Amino acid sequence: MKISYYPGCTLKTKARNLEDSALACLKALDIEFEELPRWNCCGAVYSLADDDLIHLIAPVRDLIRAKERGADTVLTLCSMCYNTLARANKLMAEDEEKRGTINQFMDEEPDYFGDLKVVHFLDFLRDDYGWDKVKEKVKVPLTGLKAAPYYGCTLTRPKEVAVDRPDKPTILHDFLDALGATTVDFPSTIECCGTYQVLGNPEVALKRSQGILSDATLHGAEALALACPLCDFNLGRRQDQMLEKFEGATEVPIFYFTQLLAVALGVAPDDCRLDLNRPSALSLLKDKQFITV
Amino acid sequence: MPQEISDKTINDRWRRRIMEISGENVYQCMQCGTCAASCPMADDIDASPRKVMALIQFGQAEALDHLNTPWVCASCHMCVVRCTRGIDLPRVMEALRLTKLRDNVDHVEPSNLQPEEVVDLPQIAMVSGLRKFTS
Repeated sequence: MKISYYPGCTLKTKARNLEDSALACLKALDIEFEELPRWNCCGAVYSLADDDLIHLIAPVRDLIRAKERGADTVLTLCSMCYNTLARANKLMAEDEEKRGTINQFMDEEPDYFGDLKVVHFLDFLRDDYGWDKVKEKVKVPLTGLKAAPYYGCTLTRPKEVAVDRPDKPTILHDFLDALGATTVDFPSTIECCGTYQVLGNPEVALKRSQGILSDATLHGAEALALACPLCDFNLGRRQDQMLEKFEGATEVPIFYFTQLLAVALGVAPDDCRLDLNRPSALSLLKDKQFITV
Repeated sequence: MPQEISDKTINDRWRRRIMEISGENVYQCMQCGTCAASCPMADDIDASPRKVMALIQFGQAEALDHLNTPWVCASCHMCVVRCTRGIDLPRVMEALRLTKLRDNVDHVEPSNLQPEEVVDLPQIAMVSGLRKFTS
């Protein structure tokens, strides 16, 4: 297996805590990969119009770049990048007519046939690395941490690219189990945080996110684990607004799943990049004595 | 409010355009309401996805013009996962947005966004939001 790692725009700036912790985990797990030396924005959302092929150019170009490096697998960390690249890849593999048009349009590039495998770090850990091996590598079991897995939308929907069952996913549950945490199931685990409505209807997005957090705490969660920088923004960075606006709102520490993995693997605390989360995240891990410095 | 369905209000050209852009057959919808029950935005939309489908089936372009549903839809795909008829509703919502955006009517004017409101936004919020709300 030759893995090309596709970072995506947000991981290089606003979500350094996702990328840095993930790269530290890949190292700790002895997983070989090459970061794509040249890449562009994937487009963030997959085009849903039948006659819109121009927005497929960006993700397909990224896949061609990975192909040029001799990769057979593209590894993603951001759920939205995963979704966009996986859907574009599937279209290139299955829709002969559209594939022909896109390849012809990108005449300067080699033709692409959708023959790469696009994976998210989570399904890579499950399918290629294995939970058992993850468990073996855990040095600091997250015993007693009541963590709610939050899937959001793009990891598990639509079903064509879902990393797990869209209606009842367990991959993040199984991940947290492997780290030794107590997994807290809650009804909103697969519900939308409001996503890009933070731009068009910010109040609606805020209400959605608050509903998810209060549902998680109601079911006994003391933290949320997620994989998407936009979910992290809506559920984490906007918590000050929620605390101000909604009666009964409480602080909920939010973690990228890779940060919890890094802590469990015994990665140096600095590389877990908890300095970029809300302060409550580091406090919780210190209270639980998973981090002592 | 009663909806007049007559030669005066049925816009067949628009209805065919929605089906062309989305690639979906709106007549498949049997109005079971599963989408409406699954929509996370239910509290904030003027009409449920079920009602939107009915309005398209009847070619009610003018009535739909005043509804915020396509603009509050977050393309979360919960409805398509649960649709009993296998309709990809987010594609229908995209088609509804695009019929406006392709007339160069932006839903969000980028220059009106306040710098202090967007400075912290992750790039994926800006890119996806502007993809959905501008032409």
